[in-house]
Order: sequence, then C-alpha cells, then structure tokens
Amino acid sequence: MSDRIADPWGSRTPYARGTEWPVRVDMHLEGGLSADAVDAWVPTASILHSNGDALDIAVKDGRMVGVRGRADSRVNHGRLGPKDLFGWQANGSPDRLTRPLVRRNGTLEESDWETAMEAMAERSRELLADQGPSAFGIYTTGQLFLEEYYTLGVIGRAGLRTNHIDGNTRLCTATAAAALKETFACDGQPGSYTDVDHCDVLFLVGHNVAETQVTLWARMLDRIEGPHRPKLIVVDPRPTVPAQHADVHLAVRNGTNLALLNALLHELIAHDHVEHAFVDAHTVGYDELVERVQDCTPEWAAEICGVPAEQIREAAAILGAHERILSTCLQGVYQSHQATASAVQINNVNLLRGALGKPGGGILQMNGQPTAQNTRECGANGDFPAFRNWANDAHVAELAELWNVEPDSIPHYGPPTHAMQIFRYAEQGSIRFLWISATNPAVSLPELHRIRSILAKENVFVVVQDLFLTETAELADIVLPAATWGEKEGTFTNTDRTVHHSDKAVDPPGEARSDLDIMLDYARRMNFRDKDGAPLIKWHDPESAFVAWQACSAGRPCDYTGLSYEKLRAGGETQWPCNERFPDGRERLYTEQDFYADAGYCEEYGRDLLTGTPVEADEYRALNPDGKAIIKAAEYLPPAEPPDDRFPLRLNTGRTVYHFHTRTKTARAPQLRDAAPDVWAELSAEDAQAQGVSEGDVVEVVAARGRLRARARITAIRPGVVFVPFHYGYWDLDALHDRHDRAANELTITEWDPASKQPLFKTAACRIERVGDADGQAAPAPTTTASRPLATVPPTVGGPAAETTEELPS
Amino acid sequence: MKIAVALREAHDAETALAAELLRVGERHKADHDVFHLTRTLTSWSERHVHRLAAVAGRYGIELDADTVDDEEDRGLLARLREKGSELAGRRPEAGLLLLRDLRELHLAAARASLAWTVLGQGAQAVSDSELLATVTACHPETIRTMKWTVHKVKEASLQVLAG
Repeated sequence: MSDRIADPWGSRTPYARGTEWPVRVDMHLEGGLSADAVDAWVPTASILHSNGDALDIAVKDGRMVGVRGRADSRVNHGRLGPKDLFGWQANGSPDRLTRPLVRRNGTLEESDWETAMEAMAERSRELLADQGPSAFGIYTTGQLFLEEYYTLGVIGRAGLRTNHIDGNTRLCTATAAAALKETFACDGQPGSYTDVDHCDVLFLVGHNVAETQVTLWARMLDRIEGPHRPKLIVVDPRPTVPAQHADVHLAVRNGTNLALLNALLHELIAHDHVEHAFVDAHTVGYDELVERVQDCTPEWAAEICGVPAEQIREAAAILGAHERILSTCLQGVYQSHQATASAVQINNVNLLRGALGKPGGGILQMNGQPTAQNTRECGANGDFPAFRNWANDAHVAELAELWNVEPDSIPHYGPPTHAMQIFRYAEQGSIRFLWISATNPAVSLPELHRIRSILAKENVFVVVQDLFLTETAELADIVLPAATWGEKEGTFTNTDRTVHHSDKAVDPPGEARSDLDIMLDYARRMNFRDKDGAPLIKWHDPESAFVAWQACSAGRPCDYTGLSYEKLRAGGETQWPCNERFPDGRERLYTEQDFYADAGYCEEYGRDLLTGTPVEADEYRALNPDGKAIIKAAEYLPPAEPPDDRFPLRLNTGRTVYHFHTRTKTARAPQLRDAAPDVWAELSAEDAQAQGVSEGDVVEVVAARGRLRARARITAIRPGVVFVPFHYGYWDLDALHDRHDRAANELTITEWDPASKQPLFKTAACRIERVGDADGQAAPAPTTTASRPLATVPPTVGGPAAETTEELPS
Repeated sequence: MKIAVALREAHDAETALAAELLRVGERHKADHDVFHLTRTLTSWSERHVHRLAAVAGRYGIELDADTVDDEEDRGLLARLREKGSELAGRRPEAGLLLLRDLRELHLAAARASLAWTVLGQGAQAVSDSELLATVTACHPETIRTMKWTVHKVKEASLQVLAG
C-alpha cells in the first residue's frame, strides 16, 4: 500500500535505455472494497490531465467505486496519478446539476429540457434574423469527447455559419499547435512517450511534468534512476521536482524564455554542433536563424534571464553532445511572453541537432487538457476540421462537399476568431449569444472583473452546459446539466496521438444529458439543413458521429479511417494516423522527414511571430517550395508589463499536482481537496524577508488590476518572482476571503501572444503586502511538490483514505 | 546631394509612423491586441529613426535621433487619453473608430515603406553600402508593420460591418 497523496508518483521501477518500461498497476477502491467485489471494470482514460493514462472504472451496484490503471497501455503501463486515483468521486457529488435552469426575473430557476432548449433555440432564431451569424460565439473546452467537438464544429461553421468558435484550449495548448504549424506547417505531435525510453537528454522547458503529467514523470524518473541515466536540463523559475533532479537547472526570470533559447541556439551554431546534412536536406530558414542569434551570447542572455552565463554554456554543451534529445515544453512557455516564438526555438534546437523522428530524438509540444488534441483536430479550436487550411479554397471545398453545403456558407474569409477576441466582441455588443460548454471563464480567463462584467451583460445571452453551478454558470441565462466522463460514450486523444475509447460506466444523475445529446437536440430545433434540404447533422449517437469524423479525417495527417469503436474497444488504444499505410498507428511522425508542409496540403502558411500577421499562400510557396521543415527565428523583446517601483515583482501563475483547472471536480474529491485546500502565494526567502513575511502570514498580492489574499509559502523559488496557483475561485469560499480576492486571474493582464493568441498568465507585475499573522498556521500549500517549504511544516499526507495498491510484476 | 532629400523623407515618414502608432494604441487601449502590438511596432520605427539620424551627417544634414513629441506623449496627457479610450472602448462605436484609425495607420506605413524603397535605390545608385545596410535592416520591419495593418483591417471590418 502506498499513500499517493504523500507520494504522487509511487514507487520506483528503474529501467535501462532501450528497454521496456516495467508495468506497475495502481488501484484505488473506496473504503475497504476488494477487487473481487467489483461488478464491472469499464475501460476509459484520464480526464483530469493530458497524459491519457488508460484505466478501468470499477462499478458496483450501478455506482463508481474506484479505478485501476491498465497494464496493457503504452501510455502509463498501469500507473495512475492522484487526480485519477481520487478525482472520479466528483461524479457522485451531491451538488451535481440534475435539471436545466432558466433565468427568470434575474434569478436562475429550475426548469425542464423542453423549456430550456426551446428558449435557447428561440433566442438563436431571433438573432439569426436580426443580425446573422456574427452574433454567435461558441466557447468550448479541452474536456469533451471527439464526437462532441466535431458535432459542435459542424453546427457552428455550417449551421450557424459563424467564424467565432474557440475552446479554452486557447489558454492551454494553442501555442503547441501554433509552434507545430510554424515549424512543420501543420499540427501533429512529432514525438512519442516511448522517446523517454531511448533518450540521452531530457530538455524540459517551462514544463513541470511532475505535477502536470504524473505518470510521464514517473517514466522519466525511472530512466533517471536506472542505468545509462539521461542528462536532464530544466528551465523553470520554480524549484520543481524535476529541477531537483536536473543536471542543469536554469531558473530564468519569467518572461525571458526567448532570450535563453536564442543563446542556446547561438552556442550550438558557434560550436558548430549543427547536423548540417540534416539541416541542408530537410529544412529552410537556417541562414536567417544564424543571423538572428549571432549576437545572442550567453553573457547577453544571462543579463536578461538572471542566470549565470556558465550555466547556459553547460546546457548548450549537453545539447551539442547528443542526438537523442527529447525536448518538451508546456505552460511555462505557452502562457508566457513571446510564447510561440519561444516554442518554435525549442523545435529549432531539435532540427539543428537532427533529433526528430528517431527513437529518443523527438519533440513533445505538450497539451494541458485530456481532450485538447481533439478540440484542435475537430475544428472546435479556431482551426478547420482535420487540420484543413482556412486560407486554402480547395480545403474549404472538401469540407463543403463532405457536409453537402455551398463553400460560401462556411465562413473562411479570415482566421477563425480566437477566444479573447470573442469576449471582446461580446464586450462591444456585436456578439450577443455565447454558448459555453465545460469550461469556467469566470475563473480561468485573465482580468476577471472584466470577464464577469461581460458575462453579466444584459444584451449577451449566455448558455452554459456543465456538471456544477460554476462561477460562470451563475451568470448564465440558461444552464444545462451535462453528463460527463464515465456517464457517456466517446473517444479522445492524448498528447502523443493515442486514441482511447471511453465507455459509459454509470447513469448520469437526475436529468443530466451528454453534451452530444444537447448539441444534437439544438441542431434539430434549429432545423439546420444541407443544400438538398436534408438535415445538416446526419448522425444521432457517438458511434455514428465517430464514423462521420472518420470520413472528415480521411487523407489528412490525423487520419482515423483505420480505427473503429470495435477496434478501440477490443485492442484498446491506437495512435493516429491509423489508415492503410499505418494499420496499427504510427509511433512517431516525420521518421522519413515526410512533412505535411506542401503548400497545397499544409494546415497553415504560418504567421509573423512578432505581429501575428498570417503569411500569404504565395509567400509561403516562395519560402518553402519543397515542403520542408521551417526554421523560424525571432527577436527577444522585453515583456509589456515589466516590474517597476510600484510593482517590483513578477507574477507567475500555475498548477499544483492535486488540482485541475478551477477545481470543479478535484475539490469535490476529499483527498485532493485536503491536499491543497486554499490558495497560497509562494515567494523567496529574500523577498519575504524584505517585507517581513514568514511562512503562513497572510499577504495580499497586488497588481494594477486587482488584489488577492493568501497565506505566504516561503520556498526556494528564484527571488523577484511570486507564484500563485490559478485553481481557486469562489464557489467554496472560506473565512479568509471576501468576494473576488481569491482567484489568481484577478491580477493577470489582458494580453496574448500575437501568433497563437494564447493569453499570457505568467508575466504581470505585482507586489506583496503583509496584512496578517500566521497564528501558528502554515500556508495551505503541498509540501510534496514545487511548493515545498523552506520552514518545517506538517507534511502533506493522505492517510488511509489515500491508500493505493501498487502491483508489480513478480 | 539629392540623397539628403530621400533621407529626410524616410526620417519624416518613420517619425510620423511612430507617432501614429502610439496615438492609435492609446485610443484603443480596450482592444488589447492593438494596444500591445502598436507599442512593439513603435519601438521598431523609433529604431529606424535612430539609424537614419546616424547616417545623415555624411550627407550634410542633421536629423533628430528621437521621434518628436516622445516626451509629451508618454506623459500625463497620454495616460488620460488611454484611460478615456479604455472606457469608451467598451462601447460599440469603438469598432468603426478602430477601422478608421487602422486605415490611417496603413497609409502612414505605406508612405514610410515607399520612402525606404526610394532611399534604397538611391543608396545603390551612389554605391553607399552603409546606407544600403540601414535600408536592408529597417525596410522589412516597416513592411511587416504595413502588413499587420492590412491584417487587422481585414479582421476588424468583418465584425464591425456585420455586427
């Protein structure tokens, strides 16, 4: 038995380079239940992070009673993290929404499906007649299923005919997609998790993998503790668990990634650690990079980033000495200043080293959410379905033929509107209908006072479908109770392109319906038709929606045509592309440098990394006539809101291992809730001392846009940086907080990356004010993770309630 | 020499572009994309003006290395304009105003781009490699500014005209 709150990663199973990662099957069942007593094990995968760990839900007497990792999974080899082991309990929470709610005289009142759906459809018809498609904004998530995104995308683009469709994936994975589109002209994860088994260098940039993808870190740690230990380079301002194991930990000032990366590229070029044969044969743009980073010496970057030049040299020397480099990045890059430009330089490191499409030599531009990959693929994320190019008329014609509509009826006269712009249009009053599914912008978007005022506007009709009455749902005109994971069937795809089928294990509570059923109902009521008068949406359940999606994906990079529900159920997970050429899926893309970058085929022609202006088709053809990989260079610029006398510190927001997003599920699982029950603010001993702050003291973190109140946690974080977790909102306020002083996004700035349009959550300026004594209490922050205290405080433990069995092969 | 005329025109055009970028940014603070991007692009134009001033002496003219009204624009008045625009920017008419301002911005950028073209031809005619290097370094950035204005006009006009 192991306490998987006290030890999120579980026991070690070290292994050597090039060998199979050992299996370890993790299982947690509620109170004393034994595996024999379980009625059924229903296969699915994780829904509380992006790793895609395969697991079975244990069902007894029609209820979920636990989970067990799947030993046969290529992703997790049986392991599960704390959010998977305990998070399923949220499904059975007594405060689930069970009936639709409709706002009457300012108050949300219980209603019925007929009334709520008809009100939604009626308002839609009025607005279509009065203003047209531009009145509609659709804001979805990275947590629904593939079938739902595809359906929503077709309803939006060919039913309502609006260009305003995006997901909260804009906040989490938009830069991953953008960086891949810049370098390879197409989305699609090049690498595979199995690259961990073969690599000689792990290069983690702004990727606190130990907390965001627990089992991926367990895999890395098992390599680190085994023979042929890979070198580990970590770029992170916080003392994360990976940083503790690193050979080189570059604790840069947040907002300076691009300066560091340009210096690393400078070093690779200066020492001629460049695989010229690879670069010459398979890339364009190398000369421009050489010129751009010519003056980016380690000394220059050291000044900007606040790390020793010698460390930069050391990291570059490691990268220069190996070819099997696995580079990964996540929110430390994606949500920070010059996001896309920086993520692209990580791709460039691997291109210069020829580390692509080889076992151990690869790139993982990570995702933040479990099904974000599908939001991107299916066209619910501001991209066209199946990585089609909105600027290529032939691609639009393919979709028109598939959906049997006129090409002109699919809006493609400009880039699809991104989330922040959707909210801007709602603020200005030109978007008057906002349909929000499975996301909580009233806590997760930047500058919350502004977002709340937009959602509360009288002339914006807000429909929210969710499991709980979230902070966003409270502001809606209509709230639709949704069934979730384990209560509905569908498929979803993880960060390394592994597709899982997720079966229905239990019935949803009350009258809750699957998101797909809600969408299909809306489409019927709206009477969307194709050009021959037949219903636009020609499917009626998850499996028929999947078949429709397969047809859409045919011949595209994310080809699903070789899959089926039957195949996914029987043989389990498979990576895409899965088609005639790759009947069992493809482990790594670009093994033969077979890029998807041909101008006629590619998903995007790219953008100016600093201004975001899309590259035109002709320019792209001239730049990249042979469809090679593209090396794009970019100049470092200082962040828009640098620290100053009033706000001398840099705010960094992020996650902890025990929670997901705005805690709508994880705070309803007691073990997870208690491991990190309230917001805290991390600061260095140096900054704490300057303000007279000790562990547990109550402080206010103040920025130009707002303030929040939290207990202080003093850690080994780099001086000058304050970290606040973004999980905490207002539905479970405690005594410490008044209204609107708990969410990290009260402080964040409304600014986004020019190319990916991802909001920047990690670059605002702030200050700390001490407002109260600790009174003997420590900060409510975990001691097991990056928030590990310098002072001695009671350790984070789960006790008997967190006991998990780990079954190792005998 | 007539090169001085072309130098002065490029300098005037980039100075005007920098001022226009700042002004538009201040007027559209609630359009965060416009606000932040115009600041980046202003810094490019300021750099261009600085580089033009550095080569001007050789052609017997003196050009200001800083963009005019820089001090004043960054002062209290500018901040008041930003605050006002932040409040006004929440209203629907802001969209039409933005379109008009982006058009003006595009014209300013086009003027500057053409001035660089003329200056580049002049630099080649008199075989001034240093001047040509300045043009080669700066002109592409002005073109990027110009392309951005077209992109923003395309994007904004859709919703402004349909909404």
